[in-house]
Amino acid sequence: MKAIFVDAKKCLSCHSCELACSVAHSESKNLYAAISEAFPKRPRVHVEAVPGGAFPIQCRHCEDPVCVKTCVSNALFVDEDSGAVLHDEGRCIGCRMCILACPFGVIEEQEAGGNSCAVSKCDLCAAEPGGPACIAACPTGALSFESAEAYSKDKRRKYLIQFIEEEVQHV
Amino acid sequence: MSENLYFEKGLAMGDARSADPAAIEVLKKAKAEGVETAHERYAAQLPQCGFGELGVCCRQCLQGPCRINPFGEPKLGVCGADADLIVARNLLRTIVGGAASHEDHAYSAIRCLYEAAQGKADYEIKGFDKIQSVAAKLGIETEGKEPKEVAEAIALAAFHDFGKFDDEPMHWLTATAPAERVEVWQSLGVIPRNPDREIRTAMHESAMGVDGDPVNLLLACLKLGLVDGYGGLQMGTDIQDILFGTPSPVKSAANLGVLSKDNVNIIVHGHMPEVSEKVVEWARKLEEEAVKAGAKGITLAGVCCSGNEVLMRQGVPSAGNFLSQELAIITGAVEVMVVDVQCFMPSLPKIAACYHTKVVTTTPIGKLPGAEHVELVPGDADAKAQSIVRLAIDNFKNRNAAKVEIPDICSEAWGGFSVEAIVGALATVDPENPLKPLVDNIVAGNVYGAVGVVGCNNTKVRQDHQTVELIKKLLQNNVLVVATGCTAQALAKYGFMTPDGAKQYAGEKLLAVLTAVGEAAGLGGPLPPVLHMGSCVDNSRIGDLLGALAGYLNVSIKDLPVAASAPELQHEKAVSIGTWAVALGVLTHVGVVPPVLGSPLVTKVLTEDVEGLVGGKFFVELDPGKAADTILAHIAAKRKALGI
Repeated sequence: MKAIFVDAKKCLSCHSCELACSVAHSESKNLYAAISEAFPKRPRVHVEAVPGGAFPIQCRHCEDPVCVKTCVSNALFVDEDSGAVLHDEGRCIGCRMCILACPFGVIEEQEAGGNSCAVSKCDLCAAEPGGPACIAACPTGALSFESAEAYSKDKRRKYLIQFIEEEVQHV
Repeated sequence: MSENLYFEKGLAMGDARSADPAAIEVLKKAKAEGVETAHERYAAQLPQCGFGELGVCCRQCLQGPCRINPFGEPKLGVCGADADLIVARNLLRTIVGGAASHEDHAYSAIRCLYEAAQGKADYEIKGFDKIQSVAAKLGIETEGKEPKEVAEAIALAAFHDFGKFDDEPMHWLTATAPAERVEVWQSLGVIPRNPDREIRTAMHESAMGVDGDPVNLLLACLKLGLVDGYGGLQMGTDIQDILFGTPSPVKSAANLGVLSKDNVNIIVHGHMPEVSEKVVEWARKLEEEAVKAGAKGITLAGVCCSGNEVLMRQGVPSAGNFLSQELAIITGAVEVMVVDVQCFMPSLPKIAACYHTKVVTTTPIGKLPGAEHVELVPGDADAKAQSIVRLAIDNFKNRNAAKVEIPDICSEAWGGFSVEAIVGALATVDPENPLKPLVDNIVAGNVYGAVGVVGCNNTKVRQDHQTVELIKKLLQNNVLVVATGCTAQALAKYGFMTPDGAKQYAGEKLLAVLTAVGEAAGLGGPLPPVLHMGSCVDNSRIGDLLGALAGYLNVSIKDLPVAASAPELQHEKAVSIGTWAVALGVLTHVGVVPPVLGSPLVTKVLTEDVEGLVGGKFFVELDPGKAADTILAHIAAKRKALGI
């Protein structure tokens, strides 16, 4: 399956991915209208910065998701088709065990206005034909949505290019 | 093909970037030759930053940049500024940028007039009627004085507004704006005292740690709109008419097809007629040299408002509007593009380097790496203009015929409709009372209302499309349209500025009025349904016309059945002009979302509350049909309130 990958060196901490995420999950799907909706949607991706760097982080859609295991009401489940970890609001009882269990801190309480006891998390923009909105919104290309295989191949090639350049310089 | 079908042809070509068939042809050529234009650069910028789009990014101090999150936290910048304050401060600085541009433009014209009046400049003062009318407004004695003396006194009166240090309103404003408006602005405390001082104060007011009240900042926006209106537009037009003459109706042409494959092509681009008038004068005088160099002659053309200035006064054709500037060079047929100030893209020398074109900059503040710089100052304008024209003639031999492709597309276009020219045409119907025929027809509903359509092109919207669709609908509903700036050039390309255009586009009742006036004025057919009133500083002409109509009817401008629209605005100047129009009391449409929606307060004040203060307000509508409906409903409401 495809996953979201991050090139942390390219993240300028502009938070555009967060805006795009909120718009993608809004009623209107339009920035100007989304900000005035009765219950503006909080982003499901967050650019977290610590001394030394910034990194946009959202649900990793784990193969063996601990959040799904802890969910007593079966609200969290792995979608068979896409492999994404999805959340059925109607089943959620708001126990917050998933928030407790998630090692990445990317499951949060939902904003006001929805099912008030539900949580919110990245759904890989399941409803968006163009794929995750955060990817398209990133102005520097720090985010990509691809298979681990493709990501690793690209990374190997980049490493090789750098390795050869450095070797040539040393000769 | 009938020139009046160019819009339909452009639409049928199905290019989302433009509705102009000439532009689309050249964009194809650009692609084939690997040349990037503003459209490709815009696509590369996408997606644009949402914080910037909403106006909630603050870069005023070095603690920032701060951004307000419209979907959550943070709601405050480091200093404590919220979205309302950040948006209001940013808006004020945008309007300052626009007002400063127009004010500096006017100031150059005043300096040129002052030196010309003293015999120290290469300019002959041509606008004797305007000297009389401006002097009368300013209260300057003309009896027994030489025109040059009066012109000098007028220049000094203008300089005085820039130099005075008291708190009285600027004189040019109180002398030229309707008294009722002056009273309204005075009661709101938004009358400018000295245009330079207001710009300084506004930059201070919007700095970190000064004004924290968004409403107070929005009042400052109104004041800076008036700085633009009277320290920029009104002064600019008045002084330029004195220097170069008041325009009168003239037949010309518009679109890239005005360029010639056999001639030396010189394009004037920018805004200052001091530059473009001189280039035009010397190109005409030196045509023989071009023939000796192997060309058949010299073809002059204009882009943006320099183009409008020389179209209005000299009948020089327009090569196109803002988004056609790069395309003109890509035709491969332009020897020299002369620029002065404002709206020329920094990309021009890079594009010119793909062809033989030389870009020539002419002012100390408008230089471009890769361009030739020939500084054109009033005292040495003739020699400098000659050298620019000779540079073009000399460059003709470097033209690569294989790269020349000029679209065979241009429309006839009439320009030159100054207020004096419009009143002159109406006077042929009623010499005693020239405004009476127009007002009578407005009252009778033959002219349902009037709309001033102004502004730019913007890569965010299909070139010319919104403008043409909006104007078509207004004309069908018998609304008289006047236009300036790049919007005027847009309409000129599709036959809206021809007598035939009246038959094609105007509603039946409006056509009858245009025909009656056109025939009485000896034009041998109807007036064009869209009257070209000039450059963007010439929006003052629209203000003058509104003032005259309101004065005749003894009502406020805010009560007239009129509206303004900037369907494709891009420049800060369009924002400051729009603010002036709102201050005049005019409903003002904008067709591109301005970066203010991140503040609910600022949005509400601009689109609702400000109407209670000055009678005008903004409305944003991206759909031209819906925009026309709103304008028509507004006109209907104003007509009803007037009892007509």
